[in-house]
Amino acid sequence: MAIQSPTVDISAALVRPTLASASRGYWPSVGRRLRRDPVTLVCAGILLLVVLSSIFAPLLGLADPYKTSMIRRLYPLGSPNHLLGTDELGRDMFARLIYGGRLSLFMGVMPVLCALLIGGTLGITAGFVGGKVNMAIMRVMDVFYAFPSVLLAISLSGALGAGTENTLLSLTLVFIPPICRVSESVTTQVRGFDFVDAARASGASALTIVRVHVLGNVLGPILVYATSLISVAIILAAGLSFLGLGVKPPEPEWGLMLNTLRQAIYVNPVLAALPGVMIFITSICFNLMSDGLRAAMDVKA
Amino acid sequence: MLLYALRRLLYLVPVAFGVSLLVFALVHLAPGDPISAIVPPDAPKEVVDKLKEYYGFDKPLPVQYFRWLAVTLTGDLGTSIGTGRPVAAEVASAFGNTIILAIAATLFAFTLAVILGTSAAYAKSRIVDRLVTMISLVGVSVPHFWLAIVLVIIFSVELGALPPMGLGPENSTGWRPDWAHFKHMILPTIALSVIPLGVVTRTVRSTVKETLSMEFVTALQAKGMRDDQILRHVLKNAAPTCLAVMGLQAGNLIGGSILIETVFAWPGTGFLLNSAIFRRDLPILQGTTLVLAGFFMLLNLTVDVIQTMVDPRIKRG
Repeated sequence: MAIQSPTVDISAALVRPTLASASRGYWPSVGRRLRRDPVTLVCAGILLLVVLSSIFAPLLGLADPYKTSMIRRLYPLGSPNHLLGTDELGRDMFARLIYGGRLSLFMGVMPVLCALLIGGTLGITAGFVGGKVNMAIMRVMDVFYAFPSVLLAISLSGALGAGTENTLLSLTLVFIPPICRVSESVTTQVRGFDFVDAARASGASALTIVRVHVLGNVLGPILVYATSLISVAIILAAGLSFLGLGVKPPEPEWGLMLNTLRQAIYVNPVLAALPGVMIFITSICFNLMSDGLRAAMDVKA
Repeated sequence: MLLYALRRLLYLVPVAFGVSLLVFALVHLAPGDPISAIVPPDAPKEVVDKLKEYYGFDKPLPVQYFRWLAVTLTGDLGTSIGTGRPVAAEVASAFGNTIILAIAATLFAFTLAVILGTSAAYAKSRIVDRLVTMISLVGVSVPHFWLAIVLVIIFSVELGALPPMGLGPENSTGWRPDWAHFKHMILPTIALSVIPLGVVTRTVRSTVKETLSMEFVTALQAKGMRDDQILRHVLKNAAPTCLAVMGLQAGNLIGGSILIETVFAWPGTGFLLNSAIFRRDLPILQGTTLVLAGFFMLLNLTVDVIQTMVDPRIKRG
């Protein structure tokens, strides 16, 4: 659940500076490389399955994930009518795991998207404008970097109070600085290339240069970095819910389910560990997919 | 070198200022009046006003901030609302317990990571390399609080071999370096070390591999140097990058220990923070966050200085 040092792998993607302007051959070749990468494909398949099943959960004919039953508590795995057993309140585990994907995935992807929008804008601005603006933006980011990411997320959520919106807010705040830092460093590199000078010399406005020449070149590395954050975000969001700071019961959510099922580890240990398996699978798939994406986009051919 | 360290320390001052602002803001981020956390909702208005005056909540925010900063800089972090004890004392005793666990976990993770990463970079067979890559992938992907639960299920519930929670045996008054206390540390240490293990293994593997492909290695080989001597040169060149990542991971590990301490009821800062959040004990929340962030900053500074000692080329402005 650690945000890894952001500047490590990014520069490799910039080896070919004219990547976007020569886009005719680039994206198709990325696609081709991805199609030849079985690991990435399998992960994408699993993720697609998890995402689709959670989105279309109401259409799958599952049991009601909220319906409690005092006599059917903590059924073991493989019980008739309850394939994965029942939880501590007698609710169907299979249904809750599928429905749980809705909030768990949403809370993992949404903060990264928001942070991508805000942090990316800030970072590109800082990198492109440079000078005092860069100084101001990056020093503010340094303040957030002075906190370990988990501590920042927990302290913010702790102060704001439990709830889905507050978790979204604090996670977004946690992910803005790393994305901003990566965006800034790539943009600074792109700004140094001759074609930016050429565009400026031919009278293009700053906004046009950013839109036409910078964005295309920096978006790839920033996106790749952002995808590597999704798995961190999913684990972090589940962790907040696990502490009771995220989603409130009775909503099904994997982190919260792990928390409420902790009382059952002596009675039905396998059941108690089940929600974590879902978190683990999605996070490992996101990580592998992000690695595959990076490999496919960092072409030096 | 000393001058460089001092310059870095000076550079830390504005960041520390920002951190203090953010930590101060935590209390005011909280929904409702900060005073409402202390007094019961049916308290008479005069009492509330008096308390507000006592805590300085009736002053404008900038004034409050500087008053708070002045008091905090003297080492007074306020009084816990839950226990009535000074926050500084509560945080200090918890911090000691967190550090014990953190040291054990970092030692375990970093030793294993260096061994695994280096052997993967050197490995001729792809199986070793694949295996190590897989270990590091699992390390960065596994929800460590879930792993903690799984460890408890396996070693405490099923095997009954290790205690599932606590700092030591029931009559223990504090941590002591004996077997009874070590037994309680094994599971939390493993759970806490998976993330740094994964990240550092990954870094060591790629850095050593990169260093191995450098020309000086070929030159040393051509000179007829023994492999173990070459390894020393390679590791010395790979050290700065790895150290930077290790420093960051050591700090993140302390942040991550909040969840692990909660699972194992380990009486550290994370456990304290978590219980403070649920009692809405804002002074404790503030104090713990401040101490941990301060520690993280000093840790990063130390790593920076050590890094430049190992490799003087990377002096940062």
